[in-house]
Amino acid sequence: MVHGEIWTLKELFVTPNEYIYWSIQIVMYPFMTGLVAGAFVLSSLYHVFGIQQLKDMARFALVFSFALLFAAPMPIILHLQHPLRGINVMMTSHFTSAIAAFGIVFFSYGAIVASELWFLYRKHFVETSLSLKEKKDKNIIDQIKFFIFCTLTLGVYDISEESLKKDEKAIKLLAGLGIPVACFLHGYAGFIFGSVKANALWMTPLMPVIFIMSAVVSGIALCMLTYIAVMEIRKLLASRKKTPYQMYQSKEEIKSVEIHVVKITAKYLLFFMIFAISLELLDLIFRGYTAVKSWDVLRSVIYGRDFTDIFILQYGIGNLLPLTLFLLPGLTLRRTVIGALLVLFGVFMMRYNVVIGGQAFSLTFAGYMHYRLPIIPHDMETLKEGLVGALSIFIMPFVLFYFIGKVFPIFNYKDSH
Amino acid sequence: MIDRRNFLKYAAKGIAGMSLSFAAIDMLNPKKLFANKSEKSPVRWVFLVDTYKCVGCGMCVKACKKENEIPYDANVTRTWVERYVITKDGKFHADSPKGARDGFITNKIDLGLEGYKDIKNENIRKAFFVPKLCNQCENPPCVQVCPVGATYQAPDGVVLVDRTWCIGCGYCIMACPYGVRFFHPKYRTAEKCNFCYHRITKGLKTACVDACPFGARMIGNSKDPSDPVTKIITTERVEVLKSEYGTKPQVYYIGKDEEVR
Repeated sequence: MVHGEIWTLKELFVTPNEYIYWSIQIVMYPFMTGLVAGAFVLSSLYHVFGIQQLKDMARFALVFSFALLFAAPMPIILHLQHPLRGINVMMTSHFTSAIAAFGIVFFSYGAIVASELWFLYRKHFVETSLSLKEKKDKNIIDQIKFFIFCTLTLGVYDISEESLKKDEKAIKLLAGLGIPVACFLHGYAGFIFGSVKANALWMTPLMPVIFIMSAVVSGIALCMLTYIAVMEIRKLLASRKKTPYQMYQSKEEIKSVEIHVVKITAKYLLFFMIFAISLELLDLIFRGYTAVKSWDVLRSVIYGRDFTDIFILQYGIGNLLPLTLFLLPGLTLRRTVIGALLVLFGVFMMRYNVVIGGQAFSLTFAGYMHYRLPIIPHDMETLKEGLVGALSIFIMPFVLFYFIGKVFPIFNYKDSH
Repeated sequence: MIDRRNFLKYAAKGIAGMSLSFAAIDMLNPKKLFANKSEKSPVRWVFLVDTYKCVGCGMCVKACKKENEIPYDANVTRTWVERYVITKDGKFHADSPKGARDGFITNKIDLGLEGYKDIKNENIRKAFFVPKLCNQCENPPCVQVCPVGATYQAPDGVVLVDRTWCIGCGYCIMACPYGVRFFHPKYRTAEKCNFCYHRITKGLKTACVDACPFGARMIGNSKDPSDPVTKIITTERVEVLKSEYGTKPQVYYIGKDEEVR
């Protein structure tokens, strides 16, 4: 079986070697990097621009962005025909290729997020390791914890007022530096598609900008969702009076903080969403108006074959509906959850319609290819590049977030930053 | 005991001496080395297809698959033949079942999911066959997008793939406007027509050229003015495929219709 044959159905005139080579994992790739970039931009809104209302969300978003960061390159690894050779990209980078710099951009971005996190949590590391050091008869878990936190301090135990001030400066600098790098990381994913001249649907200079905007939208939506989920759990704990947290004791207190943060974040979500939709519509209108050679086949795909995917699922359910939900007065938590879920779905559908939609028509402009997502895996290929592979990529950051949250506490931690 | 003045003096001398000797060592760039060794290649491989002579027998496809070890029944091929049928009502039909490996043995047009469409001879306005293969572009987009440099252009113009280095990302497949690239079913790396590089570099013709019973396919060296292919390309009216992509393809066609995709 040829790669791609199993999920591709050909119709009319398609050349023999054409298949949907870039499948669901390539949909996941911009989706995941988009979430990373979006979460980071959200956290930087507080650190750089000093938007105080986002303070609670900012630390949360940064830690979550870090968890997402590990999941971002996974779709590519699963997509590669030779995953073990993936490292070749770093060894013999061929810089005329838009993918070649991925490793460099990704690792520099990772370094920025990691160092920002370190400055943010340095005080916590020092305090924890010192308190563990003093503790007598440590059990095995304490010893492991002691080892981890000692290592994380990197040998710096100075937490005087002065040095903490310096930390704050460093955080601000890193967050500022991180915004263009995050945008680059993702705009660059857009460039990978936008620069393919052989693909009539992908080739547009707007692609990187569209990708960045929708990335921020999806990142904010996911942060809101996870934030609400975590706060709900805390509310539950608070009502059971078993809470170990000191910051917000009563259930009512937590609730008022939660809805406040959510409302502020929703405003930013709306702002970026309007940007994203306008750009996408501009692209569509421009293609229709200029109507170059490829427009005939594009029109038949956009308004015909993929109408449901594009106009109903993406623009309707994924954009218009959440836009209305967020714009209606008196925003409630339940409505936010539904809205944010729909936004995430909408952004996912946008990626899907770009990646799969771009391969829905033949290079001959006289034939079509249909994509069938492998649901039940029966070999390695359908496992990696099927529903199971995609879902495990999506779940991965949440699992990581749980463990990373153990080292970087998100809520029961007071500081000046 | 060495004093500061002397220390600095010796240090400066030492560094100067060392840098002089290190300057002799140059970082070797494989591309440069290759170019220096072979200088300007006296060969630029080009291909010429005379569509008037093609009858769609598929001998070229069969020969190519065997010569280049592309699994015979796999639905991918380095070269293929397309059939174009324009009916009297102005409608356009085209197909290439199995890349025309077994030739075109019926009048039925393969529409993929939509089954077959039988076209009666009296309804046909014009019909012809167009063989396709890699265009060995002068400005190859596949080489541009390869993130690891596993695909590259030889000095004689042929674009090659290094199977031991390809990571299988598929970016080159996406970048090719002609659809000539695919993943090799066995090696799982990018695969394409290379004008039978192992043959042409030894003075042989490509497998498809040798297999064509009608002389519809020809290979030549465009840097040699006395080459029969070069003579035709330079003196007759020939066309290339999809010139609008700026790839500068090097497979020339005689009798290419505007309907050819």
